[in-house]
Amino acid sequence: MLRFLAHRLAQSVVLLLGVSIIGFGLMHLAPGGPLALYTINPTVTAQDIERVKAQFGLDQPVAIQYLKWAEGMFTGNWGYSFFGGQQVREIVLDRMPATLELMGTSLFLALMIGVTIGIVSAVRRNSVADYASAVAAMIALSLPTFWFGLLAIYLFAQTLEWLPAGGVASTSGGDLVDRLRHLVLPVAVLSFVLVAQWSRYTRSAMLDILNQDYIRTAEAKGLKRSRILLNHALRACLAPLITLAGLQLPLLVGGALVTETVFSWPGMGLLFVNALGMRDYPVLMAILMVSAFVVVLGNLLADIAVALVDPRVKLGYG
Amino acid sequence: MVDVPAAEIILPRPAQRFGALRRLLRHRLAALGLIVIGLLAIGSAGAPWLAPYQPDDIDIAQRYAPPLSEGHILGSDDLGRDVLTRLLYAGQVSLSVGLAAMLVTVLVGFAVGAFAAYHGGWVDIALMRLTDIMLCFPSVFLLLFVAAFVTPSLASIALMIGLTCWMEIARIVYAQILTLKSADFIAAARMVGAPSWRIIFRQILPNTLAPILVAATLNMANAILLESYISFLGYGIQPPAASWGNMLTNAQSDFQVDPWLAILPGLAITLAVASFNFIGDGLRDALDPRMRERSAGALR
Repeated sequence: MLRFLAHRLAQSVVLLLGVSIIGFGLMHLAPGGPLALYTINPTVTAQDIERVKAQFGLDQPVAIQYLKWAEGMFTGNWGYSFFGGQQVREIVLDRMPATLELMGTSLFLALMIGVTIGIVSAVRRNSVADYASAVAAMIALSLPTFWFGLLAIYLFAQTLEWLPAGGVASTSGGDLVDRLRHLVLPVAVLSFVLVAQWSRYTRSAMLDILNQDYIRTAEAKGLKRSRILLNHALRACLAPLITLAGLQLPLLVGGALVTETVFSWPGMGLLFVNALGMRDYPVLMAILMVSAFVVVLGNLLADIAVALVDPRVKLGYG
Repeated sequence: MVDVPAAEIILPRPAQRFGALRRLLRHRLAALGLIVIGLLAIGSAGAPWLAPYQPDDIDIAQRYAPPLSEGHILGSDDLGRDVLTRLLYAGQVSLSVGLAAMLVTVLVGFAVGAFAAYHGGWVDIALMRLTDIMLCFPSVFLLLFVAAFVTPSLASIALMIGLTCWMEIARIVYAQILTLKSADFIAAARMVGAPSWRIIFRQILPNTLAPILVAATLNMANAILLESYISFLGYGIQPPAASWGNMLTNAQSDFQVDPWLAILPGLAITLAVASFNFIGDGLRDALDPRMRERSAGALR
């Protein structure tokens, strides 16, 4: 186990290094470089640009800049925003709670509903309910989320006026009920898509298991169906479900770009979209690295959890 | 010498011709998807003849005409342009971006996966690690990141989507070729002295085709969706040219006045994407023999 862990950790470090190099390189390859926005501005003189470059260390070779930046990421100095000069780490950490609130609620709901639907459609295979949920899931996965969000806002916020159209809380209020009311629409939109993913995935994982020989043996022994399902099938289903959970962990921190934009939800996704519009590179790089870190972490945690849950998994070095 | 009794050789029944196609058409939703895509493709390709107006015919007297009004079957937008006309022309853009992006995805994915698996050694390690690294970028982040710096055009958007989505196909091809490399029939082909180009094109390629085809179809759906996302965030096809994505962006501000302007292009995207998804699903069932054996499952 320890050797497996050490190997996977080393692998994760390599992956993150790769992501950081590609991300950093892309930023510097961008036409006009990091200060492109300033060069278009007629009130900014050439001397101003030189001064800003020196201030942010942009006059040094890219390799040196990269090393400095990488050292900063490690030591907690994530640099300063090009706009307003606030600490990047503060900006990013400020946005984290909103994203956690939105994504945590959506993922939890999606997991509960999606897994239930998936199991039911696997057990009642080819029933009307199975077909209906398959078609519904397929359509959910084909909807552009922003469009679905806009329709929801139009219907429930503007026409019926039941729910607020965006934001985390009203400017005046901010009590629990108010916050929950703001949460309803974005969570509904997000979970709709996530439920579709979870139900499809659970269904196919469950079908795989139900076709195994040991399930047939259990049936042949005359065990009750509920017992087979709960004791034999569900346990085996845990490993694939954990894998999907690991794959979705990044959403929890990275947020949902589009949904957050539509509902002006001040989370990480909206921060990224805004920073991209302003070409605020230090912020973009920080978001990229935090998200990539969680992607790698999610995979790692899932692998470890699967190994713990499923005794058949041999710890390889793949 | 030991006398070996002549064994009776039982050949598998030859595959039914067009069996996969027949199975695909029997998959009702996939067949429906094929019909819808066919109609959308004909409508878009034939836009110059089918559309009642030009896509940028402005008619200020006829702004925000509701659907089914006279002269504008699907209504008109904030500048009095005919929505049906714009939807058809936008279909040209969205569908061809999807198609081109899918082609780039398949080409790059196949090249990376095949080269890594066939060459082995350090090429394998380098290419597959690159694939892993690319997969660590949160999905739309990388695409948006690049899109923000490139002057948007049909070709550049297709290229960007393709270059940020090839990893899945690379992995599929890689895994397929690795298994095939050690398969008995490849060893047999090698033993009879077939040159390696022949092995690649006659033995390996046909056997990797099915999963690539499925992934390509699903990728097409994904590419259309991605185009609408980057258009929505303002980095896609720029107006006055219409794509389904940027028609939606325009309609966003007019939602109160005329919701149909947003509903229709969204429906078009959903229809196209769902159709490709259904076709992909049907293809998977039709091409993967394992899936058919499953129909005799337990616990029905």
